[in-house]
Amino acid sequence: MITYEQVIELIYSAIDELNASSDNKAVIKQEDTALYGESSSLDSVDLVNVLLSLEEALEDEFEVELVIVNEKALSQKNSPFRTVSTLASYVADEVNSQ
Amino acid sequence: MNEISPPQIVLITGASRGIGLYLTQYYLDKGYIVIGCSRSPSSITHEHYTHFCLDVTDEKAVKSLFSQIRKSYKRLDVLINNAGIAAMNHAMLTPLSTVEKVFSTNVFASFLFCREAVKLMRKRHFGRIINFSTVAVPLALEGEAIYAASKSAVETLTQILAKEFADFGVTVNALGPTPILTDLIKNVPAEKLEKLLERQSIKRYGEMADVSNIIDFYMQPQSQFVTGQVLYLGGA
Repeated sequence: MITYEQVIELIYSAIDELNASSDNKAVIKQEDTALYGESSSLDSVDLVNVLLSLEEALEDEFEVELVIVNEKALSQKNSPFRTVSTLASYVADEVNSQ
Repeated sequence: MNEISPPQIVLITGASRGIGLYLTQYYLDKGYIVIGCSRSPSSITHEHYTHFCLDVTDEKAVKSLFSQIRKSYKRLDVLINNAGIAAMNHAMLTPLSTVEKVFSTNVFASFLFCREAVKLMRKRHFGRIINFSTVAVPLALEGEAIYAASKSAVETLTQILAKEFADFGVTVNALGPTPILTDLIKNVPAEKLEKLLERQSIKRYGEMADVSNIIDFYMQPQSQFVTGQVLYLGGA
């Protein structure tokens, strides 16, 4: 079992990692931060980095192997990658239904 | 961060035989830390060598391999995607199961290793991926339809992954060896090989050192602007 709050913390760590890798990047750690779309400050490479860091953290801290970008995620009407909050809900649901 | 601090970590697939075995010994001798994998155990014992017995087409086993590399070394600098199988036969005599096997090892496994490798390489914004094609692609050799088609796919993968991975500081290139006297071609008739050599600009068998020379070139830090390329030996 993993909670929504625990996933939020992992996403914030992934954002820290992203911000540390770039001098002029400062993605804000908030639940309504947009990860995807026009209002997001992340480009596609940033999003890939955040998702991969999150996958690694899930494996390291919770021993969970999850491929976040799968067909289910891509086929949802409302993308789970819109905000930190939608991503955390999606990942928590996926992990807990494994 | 394009400068690399030694020792570099090199992963070689198909490391227990032929070119893979040679490259393993070659890079160990040069002071690299080498991780090898193949279905069979390796004859090499060296303090800087770790061998994993696995099927390169087994996604779970491959993911576990990369997970262990990440936990042990926290990085990967070079992937040499050497594992490959050949199928040389007339198309009309080639079973579909052979086609599936060749594509599975040569294309699907190469992709799988590229995908997992770049995940590790992205952290240091540095990486070199070297894939294997063959002169059978430009020479369009009869009797090698499936093998050459699979390697054509590897070339396309190389060119597109080069674009997708550039943002992560990772170059992706390929080399196309001429016939080298290894297990891969042990069942090819000598006469057919002679005919093939005649079609090369330089008409001789390839040597292992010809292969490592190209890989050295792709690996060196000065080659950071070289990506998406396929280099054929022998002037094919």
